[in-house]
Amino acid sequence: MGAPAGPVSAGQAGAPARSRRRSHFSVLTRSDRITLAAMVAVPTFLIVFFILLPTLLSIILSLSSWNGIGGLDQIHWVGLTNYYNLVVNYQSFWPAVAHNVIWLIFFLCIATPLGMFLAVLLDKEIRGTRFYQSALFLPVVLSLAIVGFIWQLIYAPDDGILNQVLHTTSTDKGFIDWLGNPSLNLWAVLVAASWRQVGYVMVLYLAGLKAVDPSLREAAAIDGASERQTFFQVVFPVMRPINIVILVITIIESLRAFDLAFIINKGINGLELLSILVTNNIIGESPEIGFGSAIAVVLLLVAVGPIILYLSRALQEEEQ
Amino acid sequence: MSGDAAARGSRRMSPRRLRRASLHAFLIVISLLWLFPLAFALYTSFRPYSDTAAKGYFSLPSVLSLENYQNAWDQANIPHYLLNSLIIVLPSVILVLFLASMMAFVVSRYSWRFNVLFLMLFTAANLLPPQVIITPLFRMYLALPLPPFLSDNGLFYDQFVGIIMIHISFQLGFCTFVLSNYMKTLPKELNEAAVVDGASVWTTYSRVILPLTRPALAALAVLQTVWVYNDFFWALLLMKTGDKYPMTSALNNLKGQFFTDNNLIAAGSILVAIPTLIVFFALQRQFISGLTLGSTKG
Repeated sequence: MGAPAGPVSAGQAGAPARSRRRSHFSVLTRSDRITLAAMVAVPTFLIVFFILLPTLLSIILSLSSWNGIGGLDQIHWVGLTNYYNLVVNYQSFWPAVAHNVIWLIFFLCIATPLGMFLAVLLDKEIRGTRFYQSALFLPVVLSLAIVGFIWQLIYAPDDGILNQVLHTTSTDKGFIDWLGNPSLNLWAVLVAASWRQVGYVMVLYLAGLKAVDPSLREAAAIDGASERQTFFQVVFPVMRPINIVILVITIIESLRAFDLAFIINKGINGLELLSILVTNNIIGESPEIGFGSAIAVVLLLVAVGPIILYLSRALQEEEQ
Repeated sequence: MSGDAAARGSRRMSPRRLRRASLHAFLIVISLLWLFPLAFALYTSFRPYSDTAAKGYFSLPSVLSLENYQNAWDQANIPHYLLNSLIIVLPSVILVLFLASMMAFVVSRYSWRFNVLFLMLFTAANLLPPQVIITPLFRMYLALPLPPFLSDNGLFYDQFVGIIMIHISFQLGFCTFVLSNYMKTLPKELNEAAVVDGASVWTTYSRVILPLTRPALAALAVLQTVWVYNDFFWALLLMKTGDKYPMTSALNNLKGQFFTDNNLIAAGSILVAIPTLIVFFALQRQFISGLTLGSTKG
């Protein structure tokens, strides 16, 4: 499986893996084994109990009808009814799917490439690169709640700086309601979200670029490749592992999108998102556990793709 | 283009210098654009409401004062929520690093059949959107009992302990992944030497490996502090008593109730952001290495 070689194996470097493993564990005393078992058991229990069990329960409960009142015996099993209702009858579902898709496309096509592009520019030895990096990185330390508040100062209908500069406040003729207009607010929120995403991607990509063997670039330069050619034909391909990480992060972040929309209008009127539909079924007036779980399972199904992509990359590295 | 590297003549230098200048111009514009939202919030926070009401927000100030900060601090009871945040952040970060370092120690330093499987499981758990688990988790929190010294209502729900537990569980995967990558880079001979000296597994972990992992632990501690402090979601869903909210989740309630005008909202936002801004100015290197340790090896 490519697990790291045991520490006691050096004396018998040529021995087959299995006997190495046995000899390795044989030197452990009983209390050592108990220590090792406890070291694994406690974290594993937390992950299984608080993350994986609820994931499984989401899937199971999505086949049920339960309003959360009364005990577990009040649960009725209804098969795929929740999914049917979700897709056919629930008015917010398809808008939420569309908004999540737009979110993903916006991140994939604008925020993430911009972050990567800036990383490539800042990777060169230029004066003031620390300042530029810090400026772009600043929003990354802020919580999305604060990001939402700060951008409300910009987008607010009357007191927002944008409308005051453009003379489009509610008393003006060409009133623009950045956060209230359902065909506009998603884009306004995406700009705010990208403000943070760009810096995040930039920092990750910059670290990846720094790790690229400089002799590769030198060789490309000697062969007469232009900067652009060097990047696309030499650097980008060797950055494959980090490109995958960034792709995965971009998709996962788009699925997790919640805070900004929740802060701005609790995710209604143009800002519906799958994550918010899930939580509305918990803190809303009429909780419908099975139905909320069905939405969570949709989210899970989309998340499984990038998770497998990420794990297969990690597995490859592990095997090397 | 291909002659770039060899170009020495001054005739060829000038388009190159032009390119440099336009690169800087572009970067300066982008940087200023990126700084603008927070800089504007900072500027607004120093202006009394009367000033902006009379002149608009896009104007030069007649007075600057700390009045908004004073009001936000007092009216919204900021110290109370900051303390709540501290009660949540401190144990979460310490415990997650402790547990993750033990798990990472085992999977990176001992050959064990299920190493990779466990690492995969942990990583997958870390990548799930929190909303996937929130519905059953919410019901579990309402059903699971806790002893009175940990919970004043006997449940996980609406308790600091409950929030701390989910933070630990959710961040474990990432921290284990980062720490095991880091520990793999330490020489194998360290364990052998410890065994020769008759050290137990626990001594090897606590006296040999852990001290050498300090840079990664420090980086993760900074990153996790910011992430847990910044979390908005868990407390919003798993707590109901507004008084127990950590700072970031409380912010939304404070708005409308206490933060009535933009200037006060700006001051409140800056106040709440101060702990993370301290990290930005003082511990940026650790924060960034915490972030990037997970995506690049070593």
